[in-house]
Amino acid sequence: MLLPLRLRQGLKSFMNDKSKGPWGASDDDKKDDGPPNPWTVPPAGRPRGKPTALDEWIKRARSGGGGGNGGGHFTLPRGPGGRSLWLIGIAILVIAWIGFTSIHAIGPQERGVTTFFGRYVTTLGPGIHVTFPAPINRVIAVDTQNIRTDDFPNGGGENLMLTGDQNIIDLAYSVRWNVSNAQDYEFQIADPRSTVRATAESAMREVIANVDLDDAMGPGRTTIEQDVQQRMQQILDSYHSGVLIQGVAIKQADPPAQVNDAFKDVTAAQQDAVAAKNKAQAFAQQVIAQAQGEAAQFDRLYQQYKLAPEVTKRRMYYETMEAVLARTNKVIVDVPGARPYIQIPGAKPLPNPDDGNDNVQVTAPAPAPSNGGGQ
Amino acid sequence: MNRALLRNPVTIGIIALAALIVLASTFFIVPETQQVVVLRFEQPVRTINAWKAHQAFGNTGAGLKWRIPFVDRLVWVDKRILDVDYDNQQVLSSDQLRLEVDAYARFRVVDPLKMVITAGGESGVTEALRPLLGTAIRNELGKHPFATLLTPERDQLMDNIQAGLQRLASQYGVEVVDVRIKHADLPDGSPLQKTLQRMATARQLQATTIRAEGAKQAQIIRADAQAQAAHIFADAFNQDPKFYDFYRAMQSYQHTFGADGDTQTPHGTTQVILSPDNAYLKQFEGK
Repeated sequence: MLLPLRLRQGLKSFMNDKSKGPWGASDDDKKDDGPPNPWTVPPAGRPRGKPTALDEWIKRARSGGGGGNGGGHFTLPRGPGGRSLWLIGIAILVIAWIGFTSIHAIGPQERGVTTFFGRYVTTLGPGIHVTFPAPINRVIAVDTQNIRTDDFPNGGGENLMLTGDQNIIDLAYSVRWNVSNAQDYEFQIADPRSTVRATAESAMREVIANVDLDDAMGPGRTTIEQDVQQRMQQILDSYHSGVLIQGVAIKQADPPAQVNDAFKDVTAAQQDAVAAKNKAQAFAQQVIAQAQGEAAQFDRLYQQYKLAPEVTKRRMYYETMEAVLARTNKVIVDVPGARPYIQIPGAKPLPNPDDGNDNVQVTAPAPAPSNGGGQ
Repeated sequence: MNRALLRNPVTIGIIALAALIVLASTFFIVPETQQVVVLRFEQPVRTINAWKAHQAFGNTGAGLKWRIPFVDRLVWVDKRILDVDYDNQQVLSSDQLRLEVDAYARFRVVDPLKMVITAGGESGVTEALRPLLGTAIRNELGKHPFATLLTPERDQLMDNIQAGLQRLASQYGVEVVDVRIKHADLPDGSPLQKTLQRMATARQLQATTIRAEGAKQAQIIRADAQAQAAHIFADAFNQDPKFYDFYRAMQSYQHTFGADGDTQTPHGTTQVILSPDNAYLKQFEGK
């Protein structure tokens, strides 16, 4: 309460020095018995209570170094109040600075790497911690638990790689990692994130270069993911990077877009082959069933035929003839040697060889040349 | 008057400022991530917090240090692992294939004094290492056919490049931690297109083979079925070939003359001329 009071007094006196302030101090000055108004300057030579050291200092400074306000040597407002303002401002800044740099809230997912004049001291766990202010102690909060995900390729597009059988694959994958050792992460590597990225790329290409395209696109994925994770961890450990690879996930492993059609055609061909086989199977079932049916039919009939061969045969013969002849035009020629005139339906008279109608299939022999020696 | 001058806040301020400047240029903080070479009148005199292997953080030379103000000059050198990239350079393999290589080297300045003398500073050493990395890569890849990169030998190759680079980089007081090839790809344009074309034709071959194989198997299935059917028929009909002949003839007549109710097969009209000697008509004459 002391400092603000002085501030106000200083402020007031500073304003009163120049002119009568807007609050008009004269009225209050006359009241001697009332409670001291903090907004007024106590009359000179009548100090209120014991003068403090600060009062003394201000007084001395005013008389000694002030040089008078009207001196004209200094353009800065140099009243004692002005100086107090500066001091208080600086004090507030210092307190704020100390407050900000010595109290550290380390979140549950964080670790605070603490240095003492630049030298590593300790790593703070979660909680509120008080240290010396900067630059004596510095605390760098590193988020260790948060699992970061890096996607490859970054922001879409093709990511072509060579496989072991010299084919090209378009691979998209992601790497999940977190910080396992905050001080290593902070002190060992200049740019940890780009290091993780470069390592991932290198490890993935190395592993892909040792597998076949078909493996990479299909059954080998899990192995590849594990290999890459292991490889990355190995490399990053050799850098003492303090990074832990949580996992590698292949999101997409496709042939390049330009040859995708040819690859799809293989799948289509597989379907086609299965379809052809299915059709053949259906046909086979049909043929066999039919054969079995017909054979069974014959068997049944034959059993009966064996019991009475002559009758059965006759009956079958007559029944068939009956059925057949009932539907046909019949001519019975009773007289031996008679030549019936047979009208063949649809047959046309022999065409004139000159009319050039080639469409009619003529089976009759061409008229024999008159002078030929055939006859 | 002298006392008064000393009391003058301006004087006090100036003195304080001067003291602050001297203090600030005497004491300095060396963090764990930096090493320092102290130059006295441009003559290197000592190093602070220089890298040593297997040194735990906290036991290093980092901390509050001092120097002679205005006389000692500090050269700051990063103590961490740094990287130098070698991006998209064309390299010829021993089988004359042009490759587009993307590689990087991770290195650490282990002798800051040597580094400052030979390269001047951190950016200088990166610039100096870049062409050296290129040389090491070209030398090594030029000795191997391209296919080596697609085998487990790739690891050995990278180790060789690292060893090659280390030989060249030692003069800069640098330790090469790792060299890795990120990409080693066929360059865009004709080689890439040719490879893609080869891939496409390989797949076409595969597709055609699969289709042909499917057709073959379908045919075999059909033939098997037909053989089985023939076997079934033979088994049944072999019981009495003569009766079969008769039986089948009857079936055939019915079908041929359209008496079996089959309306799908087109039938021509039929005219039959029978002789009275015909077996069917043998009762005609009342014999």
